[in-house]
Parts: sequence; structure tokens; C-alpha cells
Amino acid sequence: MAPVVKIEEIHKIYESGEIPVHAVRGVSLDIHRGEFVALMGASGSGKSTLMNLLGCLDRPTRGRYLLDGIDVSKLDRNELADIRNQKIGFVFQGFNLLARTTALENTELPMMYGQRRHSAREMRQRALHSLEIVGLSERADHFPNQLSGGQQQRVAIARALANEPEILLADEPTGNLDSKTSVEVMGVFQKLNDQGITIIMVTHELDIAHYCRRNLILRDGRLVRDELVANRLLADVEMKKLKEAEAAAKLTTG
Amino acid sequence: MRGFNTIKVALRALRRNTMRSILTALGIIIGVAAVIAMVSIGNGAKADVEAKVASLGENVITVFPGSFSSAGMRSGWGSASTLTVDDADAIKREVANVIGVTAEMRDRAQVLANGLNWNTQIMGESPDYPSIRSWPISDGTMFTDQDVRSVGKVAVIGKTVADQLFPDGNVIGQTIRIRNIPFKIVGMLAAKGFNLFGQDQDDTVVIPYTSHMKRIARRPNINSILVQAASAETIDKVQQDITDLLTQRRKGREPDFTVRNQVEFAEMATATSKTMTMLLGAIASVSLVVGGIGIMNIMLVSVTERTREIGIRLAVGAHGQDVLLQFLIEAVILSSLGGVIGILLGVGGSELVSMKTGWPILVSSSSVIVAVAFSAAVGMFFGYYPARKAAQLDPIEALRYE
Repeated sequence: MAPVVKIEEIHKIYESGEIPVHAVRGVSLDIHRGEFVALMGASGSGKSTLMNLLGCLDRPTRGRYLLDGIDVSKLDRNELADIRNQKIGFVFQGFNLLARTTALENTELPMMYGQRRHSAREMRQRALHSLEIVGLSERADHFPNQLSGGQQQRVAIARALANEPEILLADEPTGNLDSKTSVEVMGVFQKLNDQGITIIMVTHELDIAHYCRRNLILRDGRLVRDELVANRLLADVEMKKLKEAEAAAKLTTG
Repeated sequence: MRGFNTIKVALRALRRNTMRSILTALGIIIGVAAVIAMVSIGNGAKADVEAKVASLGENVITVFPGSFSSAGMRSGWGSASTLTVDDADAIKREVANVIGVTAEMRDRAQVLANGLNWNTQIMGESPDYPSIRSWPISDGTMFTDQDVRSVGKVAVIGKTVADQLFPDGNVIGQTIRIRNIPFKIVGMLAAKGFNLFGQDQDDTVVIPYTSHMKRIARRPNINSILVQAASAETIDKVQQDITDLLTQRRKGREPDFTVRNQVEFAEMATATSKTMTMLLGAIASVSLVVGGIGIMNIMLVSVTERTREIGIRLAVGAHGQDVLLQFLIEAVILSSLGGVIGILLGVGGSELVSMKTGWPILVSSSSVIVAVAFSAAVGMFFGYYPARKAAQLDPIEALRYE
């Protein structure tokens, strides 16, 4: 089967400053359907740039990017927007939900800009379905400020799922969350991945990367390591451990 | 393409910031309300003046004598004594589309009756006078052509004179003495109120012009001729015909008369209120423009403040066009809503002014339509720049914006 993401010798050079910055220097990569990839690297390693390229938010200076068989490296602004809408679901570090907008309306957002017109009822139903997947259908009418960080991130995941994209792109999705909530969110990702959804995640936390199936490490704009995770952590198991530890702590203090 | 969703998105965004939306619209609300109120008050004043002009009568043409000059000193219009009854008769005889003519005499005199006396305007007129002036006889009858021919001692009196001399009512058949000559009252004119120049039109006694010339004023010339044209369409032609006829009757002498029609009076009388309306409207329009700038200001702030939101929308697939449209629609909704509320306030405000001050108010539908269209256009114009700014944002930059 053809890879869902295929990049060939991709380069990105920023010319805006006085000295051109060569952020990504020839990365080639295949990601197949159903993979769960962690993209890691120190700051300045080019992982954010690569993420923007993978997310079709930016165009490579050189090289080719085939997303689901479509060469997106030469598309214009609006065509890229349509690709993002149809094929990519974004999850950000800062959740990036619209304030004073219900979880449901936030989830409906990508459908507002789809090529295909949805009826209001259809949009509502699909949004509710997405919220159900992340276990938040009860909170559909809550505003972001009425939700915990983990719940907000789950709404963001529901929004990313709304248009049934080919890949889910998560940029430091646990960066703003405490360790327990991080495990909870990773559990959602693992569940989605088990259902066959392709996930690419940027993170700098090694333990978070261990919940993924494949780890990529970027340094100075080059891919320096690409390996499968040997002892993958399972969110269910980790959560159980955390709870046991909590209970033990209570016993000792009590 | 996705217009309907965009309207929905814009409405949601406005609802999220209700307070700010109201404040933004306030500029337009005040602007539109001011325009509507000013124009309504101005139009009311104009309509009032027009009604007073109409009270002069319908399709009336007035002929005045020319100016009189003696030893190089020129007097104004009406000072010459060159207009005669023959001129009036000639007009009646020879000009087509004329339905009424009166030779008019005017003089003030003391009137005695019932042991009381009153100084009033004595008018010499023909029996056409009430129909020319659209001034019905409320009681009794008008004197007749027979009375004119026989230099009859009959009179028709106005409401004010009747009130002053006959406080008990019972006017018809009574006798009044003008310069010691007894006149029998045959009719009373309906109350007409004040004219354009603030004179009480009911303070008058009307007698046949022949009687006035021979018994009261004792002079051969008349003060003016009133002519009623058959219709508004023929008034210009009639005016021209009268001018031609009178010129011809003067056989090459300098024209010593002037012919005016009512439309000219109306134009003179409404010129001031028209200017005032335009002036007030222009001042109020300035506040509309200021309101528009307020919208632009807030929209610019809003675009900056909502940079992240714009980034999210662009990231999930909004085109620049969608974002542009969203902000443009927001601006237009704000300004149109302001326009509608402004109309209600403007109409209500002018009603209030009218109630408190008694000024006449006329809300014209055209001013309402113009106000709404203008406020929507203001939103469009002043909303475009911020909207375009939003649409051109780079999604990566916008998402990173703190």
C-alpha cells in the first residue's frame, strides 16, 4: 500500500532575515496508514518547520511532498487550505479552541469550511459523534473555560476528527498538561490509533514519545534516528499505576 | 459558496462580544438618529411653510403694479398706480384657462358696529375671491356681480372682526359702518389662521371692489389682480399670456407691472428651511462618518485581538476569502443594526421634540431608506480594510500569536 505521507529530499530555507536559515535540510520519510509517529528534537532542530510542512501550513523550498498521493508542494494558498480541511486534523499545544464558543460549535468548525455543504443538523450530528469518540458528548454545550485542560484538549481532538482526516497532526499536545492528564490524552490518541487513524505528533518529552509506535529524531534539520518503539507504554496500564501510586500516597499520609 | 455558514460564523462572533458590538454600533446609531431627526424637523418646517403657501389659494397668479419713480427717486414694487379695473376685465375676457379674477383693493380703516369699533383691513374684491383663495364662506353668502355693478354696500367679514364686533354671535344681517358708510353683512368667512408673514388673515372685511374704490379709498387704481388658473399645468402659460396681454395694453411703454405665480412664492418661502435642512443633515452626516471610523477602529482592534482565532480558522481550512467575508459581514451587520436602531431612535426622538416644542415633524421614507443604505455602505467601506488585513494573515504566524 502507498504511504499516506511521502516526502522526498525536502528543504526549507527562510530568507526573511539577513542570513538565510536552512531549517530543514533534505528530509525523506514515508509514513503509512495506521502509524503513530513521534517527531522529536531539541528546539532549533527544525521539527516545528517540518511539522508546518507536513501540515500544509507552509510550502517546502525544495523537494516533494505527496499527501495521500497528491503532490501538495506546488499548491497555492487556497488549495492548501482545502487539503488541510479535508486530509489533516490539527491538535495544538495551546488547545486553540475558540473562546466563548461551545465544545460542539468548536467541533463543527472544520465542517464550516468544507467543500461539501453540510446541513446544520448533519454538522451537529457529526460533531456530537466526534465528541463521543473522545468521551465528551456530555459536555457538548460547555464553553472552553468550563472545561479542564485535558477536556479542552479532547475537544480539540474531536474538532480535528470532525472531517475524518487522513492524518492527525499533534503539536506538543501534552505540553500544557500535567502528567496524569497527559496520560489521559495519550490514551485518547492510542485508542484512535487502534481504530486505524494515522497520527504524527511533535513532542520533546521522551516518556510521551514512548506511547507512540515509531520515533523520529531530528537534529539540525536532518533526520538522525528513525526507530520503532520497543517497549511501548500503554496509557491504560500507566493510568492504573498512577492511580495505585496516588492511593498509596493517601494511605501513607492518612 | 459558503456564504450561509459565513453569516452564521459572523453572527456567532458578534454574539460572543455583545457589549462591544453594542458600543461599536452606537456611533452609527447616533449618526443615523441625528440624520433622521434633523431631516424630519427640517422637512416638517418645510411642509408647514408649504401649507401656509397653499393657503394663499390654488394655482394663483398675482399681478402687482410696477415701481413708481419721481425725480429720480425710485420706489419699490407696487408703488406705481398703474393697474386698473380695465386690466382685470381684459384678463378675464381674453386669457384662456382662467377660472377666476379679482381686482383687489386694500386699505385699513376703523369699523364701527354694535357700539364697538375695530381697526381692520378693508379688502375690495370680486365675487370670485373666496374660490380663488380656497376660502369658504362659513355663514351667509358671498356678495354677487350685481353688488359689484351696483356699487353695493354689502360686506363679508372675517372671523376675527366678527368676534371683536359681535361677541354675541348673530352676525348676518347686521350693519357695520366703515368711514361712516353703513355696510350690510351678508356673509362670514371661515377661520383661516395666520399667513406666511404672521398676519391674521381673519382680521378683514371684504366688500365689492367698486364700492371700495368709490366709497372707501376714492382712487381709480387697484392694488393688485389675483388670477386663478384652471390647473397647475396651465399656470405658466396663463402667467405668460397675462404678461403679454398687459404689455400689449401698454402699447410700447415700459412694463409697469409684475406677474408672480404661487410656485415662486412657495420657492422663496421654503428656501430658508431647505437650506437649514441641508445644513443640519450635513452636520449629522459627519457623525455618521465618525461612527464609521469607530467601526473601523474596533474592527482593527478585533482583528488583532482575534489573530489566534483567525489562525485556527485558516488552519482548519478557511480560505482568505472566508475570513474577509466574515469580518466584512460583521461590520455590515453592526452598521446596519446600528442603522435600524438609529431610525427608531431618530423617529422617536423627533416625535418627542415635536411633542415638547410643538414643532411640526415629517419623517420621510426616503430619509429612512437613505440612512439604512448609507449605514450599510459605511460598514462595508470601513470594514473592508480590517477584513482584508485579517484575510492576509499567515496561519503559522497567527497561530503563534500571543
